[in-house]
Amino acid sequence: MAEFSTPTTEQEFAENFAQLKPVMNRTEALYESSRCLFCFDAPCIKACPSGIDIPQFIRQINSGNETGAARTIYEANYFGNACGKVCPTEVLCEGACVYNLQEVKPIEIGRLQSYATTKVIKSDKKLFGPGMENGKKVAVIGAGPAGISAACELRLLGYSVDVFEAKAQPSGLTVYGVAPYKITNEETLAEMAYLQAQFGYNTHFNSAITSRAELAELENKYDAIFLGIGLGKTNELRLPGEDKINCTGAVEFIAELRQHQHEVAVGRTVIVLGGGNTAMDAASESSRLGAETVILAYRRAKEEMGAYNFEYDLAKGVGVKGLFNVAPLEITGNGYVAGVKFIRTETKDGKVHEIAGSEFVQPCDMVIKATGQAKQTEFLSLIPYLKLDGKGRIIANPHTGQTSNPKYFASGDAWNGGAEVVNAAAEAKLTARGIHAYLSK
Amino acid sequence: MPDLSINFAGIKSPNPFWLASAPPTNSGYQVMKAFDAGWGGAVWKTLGVPVVNVSSRYGGVNYRDKRLVGFNNIELISDRPLSDNLREIEEVKKRFPNHAVIASLMVQSQQEWHDIVRQSQDAGADGFELNFGCPHGMCERGMGSAVGQEPKILQMIVEWVMEVAQKPVIVKLTPNISDITEPALAARRGGADAISLINTIQSIVGVDLDKFAPYPIVDGKGTNGGYCGPAVKPIALNMVKNCAQHPDIKLPISGIGGIENWRDAVEHILLGASSVQVCTAAMHFGFGIIREMTSGLEQYMVEKGFNTIDDMVGKALPNVLHWEDLNMKYKVTANINEAKCIGCQLCYTACEDGAHQAIKLNAGTRIPEIIEENCVGCNLCSLVCPVEQCITMEQTDSGTQHLTWKERVEAGTAPTEFEDEKAGGRHHWVPAPSAALSKERHKTLPGKARIINGETEVPAEA
Repeated sequence: MAEFSTPTTEQEFAENFAQLKPVMNRTEALYESSRCLFCFDAPCIKACPSGIDIPQFIRQINSGNETGAARTIYEANYFGNACGKVCPTEVLCEGACVYNLQEVKPIEIGRLQSYATTKVIKSDKKLFGPGMENGKKVAVIGAGPAGISAACELRLLGYSVDVFEAKAQPSGLTVYGVAPYKITNEETLAEMAYLQAQFGYNTHFNSAITSRAELAELENKYDAIFLGIGLGKTNELRLPGEDKINCTGAVEFIAELRQHQHEVAVGRTVIVLGGGNTAMDAASESSRLGAETVILAYRRAKEEMGAYNFEYDLAKGVGVKGLFNVAPLEITGNGYVAGVKFIRTETKDGKVHEIAGSEFVQPCDMVIKATGQAKQTEFLSLIPYLKLDGKGRIIANPHTGQTSNPKYFASGDAWNGGAEVVNAAAEAKLTARGIHAYLSK
Repeated sequence: MPDLSINFAGIKSPNPFWLASAPPTNSGYQVMKAFDAGWGGAVWKTLGVPVVNVSSRYGGVNYRDKRLVGFNNIELISDRPLSDNLREIEEVKKRFPNHAVIASLMVQSQQEWHDIVRQSQDAGADGFELNFGCPHGMCERGMGSAVGQEPKILQMIVEWVMEVAQKPVIVKLTPNISDITEPALAARRGGADAISLINTIQSIVGVDLDKFAPYPIVDGKGTNGGYCGPAVKPIALNMVKNCAQHPDIKLPISGIGGIENWRDAVEHILLGASSVQVCTAAMHFGFGIIREMTSGLEQYMVEKGFNTIDDMVGKALPNVLHWEDLNMKYKVTANINEAKCIGCQLCYTACEDGAHQAIKLNAGTRIPEIIEENCVGCNLCSLVCPVEQCITMEQTDSGTQHLTWKERVEAGTAPTEFEDEKAGGRHHWVPAPSAALSKERHKTLPGKARIINGETEVPAEA
């Protein structure tokens, strides 16, 4: 018997994917905010990549000034609501809370943050507006956390902004890649609509920029171009049988799940390949979709997984089984996935060694590869003089986000190689300031 | 954006938030940090006669898990050399010419008052606050609250000060007195430009159960201190209101007492304060709290459409009346929102034991029921209810009638005798005393209202 029964309706889907951090009611927000010690030089602020003044907004919530609290949050991070819900707060702000040292539950900062932002979004309270038009134009490629954050900040500085997005909706991985139990599509899109209404940037959906000619047009029309393109498809494993039906990439699987929810089918026995946070998400999601057995296969030891402990705990909590020190050799099956042929491994001096003769086949009817996303190097090669590092990441000035082609600026996963929403939001704010400094010269 | 700046009796300040005369304003270092953080003004820690302080000076009242809901101190006025204080006042004023620096003063003889006023004037102070409030130590030497409690002496000293003061003079009042308006009137007669209140309340915050000594303990002994912090706000608000409403005082008021967030400040302002002073909250959380205070005040002003602080000063005063002027025809009744009720039954037991036996329990449910005819609309259940908006007090009168006690007295319809039929509680049902001990008491309690002359509650004329 599976841990979850397969959801067949929106209602059942919502139950299986219940929010991990549901929005607080006022009573809970008051209790929780009153616990904050208002630390001097607060460690939570330091732990936040976007440097939100956390004790300040918590104090504002506690004194009934939720609007002021939301302003404090959005001044530092335009994805305030999304970050409250999807940030790995356990290792960021909440992990830094001094209560941890006292063995007291840390303040639920993420949920308090979403409490304040949800309030202003729901009441449609205007907190910001565009700055005085300065007559300059910036093109933003990608409507993810980096692109939208940059668009907001640039509008604040008076720029006219056009955002070009390949997909049909804004917010990037927040709506296409984050696990559904972290944030709902409605919550994500409500924040996007709220931001666009306040800042008034232009969005062009289903408008992928893919050719040199299109880039040249942007270069002519705009004073600067912001690259918030994120990462690409799941890396190919280059294994025999990878093209079998029901062998899919985690990013593609989750995007499908976010858009089609209960209509997405999952195998009875699912093997997820990988040991990062996306692997944990894909495994949890498979279980919540009704898979009877979900095996998380990682080629190193449990302790070496890149995923946060709480993410692995979450996966274990919904019945996911770990299978460690195994490397996939082949996806077996006749047209459809029927199993994965593994070889056992051991780690010596930090390197993975295969143990000869230890091959075995683990039967399954679905394989999800969570083995990292490829960089969009092909697209980036269309930009003249743009330099990438050895890992395919854009090289840019750490203080301004300016790339080796002075007209191009970057933030987010394409620059940092793949991090959290909060990192992209923080970097984009910095880069927007960098664009402003460059165009104000 | 609303304008937070004020002109308080001639003292200008970028916002109404001042640090009160206390440890946070002990030095130029602290005051500059505070101004840099966003405070609008500071009343310097009292300058005056030489003092020596004891070790162990503060005591706190914790309520459940909350620290320092009340705070007291037995610290005296500034123990730093006068010349150091004056030099630092001058330095602060040079760096922060638009912020308010007020010298708090406490000396004894006329000559001393003249000298210290002149000296602080020369140092550049924007005004003076005469400390007639300190309720411990200094009063034993005939200063502080000893002056505040003697209106004639208070007036005389104010007159001395006015002889030389060229800057506005604020008199800081002690609450350790039965009628705060008396010293306030004395301050006005003496020619003061403003008053500030309240200073701390004489207190003992606790007793050490092992050492048999009051906190804070100094070598096994203690003394009464001055009480402040969130706990004193209600007392301060009432006294601010008393001074603001008095027809003959007519002086600007700097509100002090229990202010730690923008809401507390707005309450002081709505009751007549045109600047506010903060100490305990800054001692507890540091100068950084000012950002929450200004942000909250600004947001409130935007939402209410107030452009300046003056727009809101005393806005609640017309609604603070004497008891005898309240409308006795107004009636509210408790209403429990069953969907929100969590079944704690705190309302039931509070009403049963602490009020008017107007809530009953029914078999098969934890949700209590209001006995409407017994409910006097006291609010107790809604106050103890832990759920937001679960018990609400709903108006049940027609809203068209108005009758006050004063009007009843004037019309001769007020009850005058012990057994008077016109008295209120006579017509309200109470359980028989013996029901308290009955095993079935919970069944007997939800009774019917006592019926007199066919009515179920207070008589028609009441």
